Amino acid sequence: MLFTATGSDNGGQVHPSEWITVNDTGLYCQPADTYIDPMVPVAQAIITHGHADHARAGHQRVYATPTTIRIMTTRYGDDMAEQHYPLTYRESVSLGDPDDPVKLTFYPAGHIAGSAQALLEYRGGRIVISGDYKRRPDPTCEPFEVVPCDVFITEATFGLPVFRHPPIEREIQKLLHSLSVFPQRCHLVGTYALGKCQRVILALRDAGYHKPVYLHGALLKLCELYQTLGVSLGTLIPVSEVEDKQSLAGEVVLAPPSALADRWSRALPDPRTVMASGWMQIRARARQRQAELPLIISDHCDWPELLQTLREVDAPEVWVTHGREDALIYQASQMGYQAKALSLLRFDDEDEPA
Amino acid sequence: MHAFSELLDQLYFTAGNNAKAAIITDYLAHTPDPDRGWAIAALAGTLKFDFFKRNTVKKLMLERVDPELFALSYDYVGEMSETVAHLWPQTSSSEQDALPSLAEVVEQFQQCSRNTVGKLLAGYLDSMTAAQRWALIKLGTRGLRVGVSARTIKHILASYGNVDVAEVEAIWHGVAPPYTSLLAWLEGRADKPDIRGEVTFHPVMLSHPLTDGDLNSWSPADWQVEHKYDGIRVQLVSTNKGKALFSRTGDDISSAFPDVLEGLTSHGVVDGELLIMHGTRVDTFNTLQQRLNRKSPTKKLLAEYPAGIILYDILIQGEDSVTEQPLSHRRKVLETWLCEQNASHLHISPTLAVDSLEELNDQYARASEDVAVEGLMLKRRASQYVAGRPKGQWYKWKRQPKLVDAVIMYAQRGHGKRSSFYSDFTFGAWQGDQLLPIGKAYSGFTDDELKKLDNWVRRHTVGRFGPVKEVKKELVIEVAFDAVHPSTRHKSGIALRFPRFHRIRWDKPAREADSLDTVKALIDTPASRKS
Repeated sequence: MLFTATGSDNGGQVHPSEWITVNDTGLYCQPADTYIDPMVPVAQAIITHGHADHARAGHQRVYATPTTIRIMTTRYGDDMAEQHYPLTYRESVSLGDPDDPVKLTFYPAGHIAGSAQALLEYRGGRIVISGDYKRRPDPTCEPFEVVPCDVFITEATFGLPVFRHPPIEREIQKLLHSLSVFPQRCHLVGTYALGKCQRVILALRDAGYHKPVYLHGALLKLCELYQTLGVSLGTLIPVSEVEDKQSLAGEVVLAPPSALADRWSRALPDPRTVMASGWMQIRARARQRQAELPLIISDHCDWPELLQTLREVDAPEVWVTHGREDALIYQASQMGYQAKALSLLRFDDEDEPA
Repeated sequence: MHAFSELLDQLYFTAGNNAKAAIITDYLAHTPDPDRGWAIAALAGTLKFDFFKRNTVKKLMLERVDPELFALSYDYVGEMSETVAHLWPQTSSSEQDALPSLAEVVEQFQQCSRNTVGKLLAGYLDSMTAAQRWALIKLGTRGLRVGVSARTIKHILASYGNVDVAEVEAIWHGVAPPYTSLLAWLEGRADKPDIRGEVTFHPVMLSHPLTDGDLNSWSPADWQVEHKYDGIRVQLVSTNKGKALFSRTGDDISSAFPDVLEGLTSHGVVDGELLIMHGTRVDTFNTLQQRLNRKSPTKKLLAEYPAGIILYDILIQGEDSVTEQPLSHRRKVLETWLCEQNASHLHISPTLAVDSLEELNDQYARASEDVAVEGLMLKRRASQYVAGRPKGQWYKWKRQPKLVDAVIMYAQRGHGKRSSFYSDFTFGAWQGDQLLPIGKAYSGFTDDELKKLDNWVRRHTVGRFGPVKEVKKELVIEVAFDAVHPSTRHKSGIALRFPRFHRIRWDKPAREADSLDTVKALIDTPASRKS
């Protein structure tokens, strides 16, 4: 499906709707013959960040930030793509026909380490594919940078006015309070392996928690990577190396959400199930996860931050994807922007790192 | 109010009845009167406010947020209290320490008027956190949904006071929030509250669905067989302090049915089925619905749809309880009691002569043909009247549901626990080449099937109307329902009673689903009904 041209040949400019399309494989830039965050292996891909619903293995050529490429090789192995081209923030590369090139530049998205917005420029038209992003301070990545453009593609994971994320410090206090009320219970915290896990550990350290943090095996490699990237996470101990699991009473154990109610957790002493995710704001979601202690910690924008971003980027046209598009499209239209939904096939909502 | 909000939060996120009971017991032990009594009332659903309603909340919210954004938010969250709790504008002047006690909050909402409730509520919502707002709205609009039923509360109170739960149940409807006399008795500080002669609801005895093995050792002499009527279960109470009609959940519905309370000349508590009756002729459930939920019926409505009760049991004769007598005896008592009344709208449920299993099967077949009834009731003649659902005493044997193959047309997210799933489905039947919606169903499938349906909807969406997704007209479901009625409200001209999923026909082509005419042929005409 090709979007209808809305601002074509505007003083020689070609509007991005004429060269960016969506097909079954994903978001496609025709003149560069390149997909952005495709879900199946393609010849040439731009990857905004390392989460599995954006970065898949098996492409021939991959353009991404150096950190994202390290994350991908950590997750998928050194042969995750036939060739990869690391591109640092604000550095540009030309794609497609050298005589009629598409220029790609990455800017920080503030979502997780290495996360980028992709600016594509072609014949004077500019589109920013922001990937996933957030506006809160995050010590593991550079803050989101506002990039002027004709079309801004935004996610809407938390695109409803009910979503207002509290400060992470307050949520971490809830965890510390629970540790003092239930000193005999192992606090098993469900965190997504990439980004959320490291952010929770850092927030614990900032709050003065300096005991070792225990990790499920699935979280080890990425924590090690973050440490080599210069993010200091303190003492981390794999749960598998703890001989007497009863000694984990009153300790903090991090595990991927899928492991919370798994057989794996049965060895832990009277675990208290904690879940760190933006979804935890909605009670029914927390209960679905069987979280006794929901922590609202998100790597995405909440509603006010989404609106703040639309205002600051101030692109005349906004394409909304990835979540609760309807409300954001409505609100963006109210704010005077031309807005529409971009239907990209993604994983089911609940499995997203949020 | 702070403690109450914490209580609800803990109950919400704690799984397991024992853990919940421990939390409530702890709250009772550490919270003063009358706060704790109001909390019990809120949990048990016995707290009502005249002017603090869902609509009050919604109206205030819509003064503060765009209606479109509110609708989308509500659809996503799936629950009004929480939607408002999150959408309410945050104010910087949130004075946590200044929150009043639960009793003060309750008192203020009870004393406020239609004109002042909005201001009162808005003031509170402004000064609260999202979790407290949620608790307050839950408190006002009832239905806390924290996994604690009124019955659970009675059990918790019984174990708190170390008394039998039957004792708590017996006096429950004779005591009122904030239950200070009840709690004083449970804590051994006072005598048991005296409730004799109060017009109270008495917990009803319920039946089990008949299952395959139940008839294996069936002996006709031990059982009373009656028709199962298609109305609503009610309890008629008459004492020297007054009279009332209660629904089976203990709601007082007297004002909607003043005609039923006429002509009672002696005291007692009787159990039966409320129906629209023209003399002895029973009208459809559809006509009964015209009268349900009407606070005060018009004369015209009363004349057009006169209500009656078919009685089948008696709990109290005069002032004396007969619940410990066997059914065979209670039946005689009921006959005597009915003779004393001057009420032609009260009838007794006829017992059916059944001397063998063959005759029972025969009666069942006839009851299935008879559109005025829903099937049979089998009651052990020796059964005492026991509140709740005792095993092996009473059985209901409902006639088989009607089935049609319909095509799924639209889907919508469910509520509460199901708010992330597309679980509410509109389905249609063919009229020529066109599908016309004939009903909505959101039950009858397993959790696994729900996941598959949800996934199917996400992959087959062809359009959206706000929260409603239109899907490809490809999936056939076998829908079960109790009856079809003509309806002017729907384009298809029919309305199904209690439609639910029977089977999902992943295999069946949509074109082979049933036509509207096939469904219409299943309509029970009122003329074919008889008592």
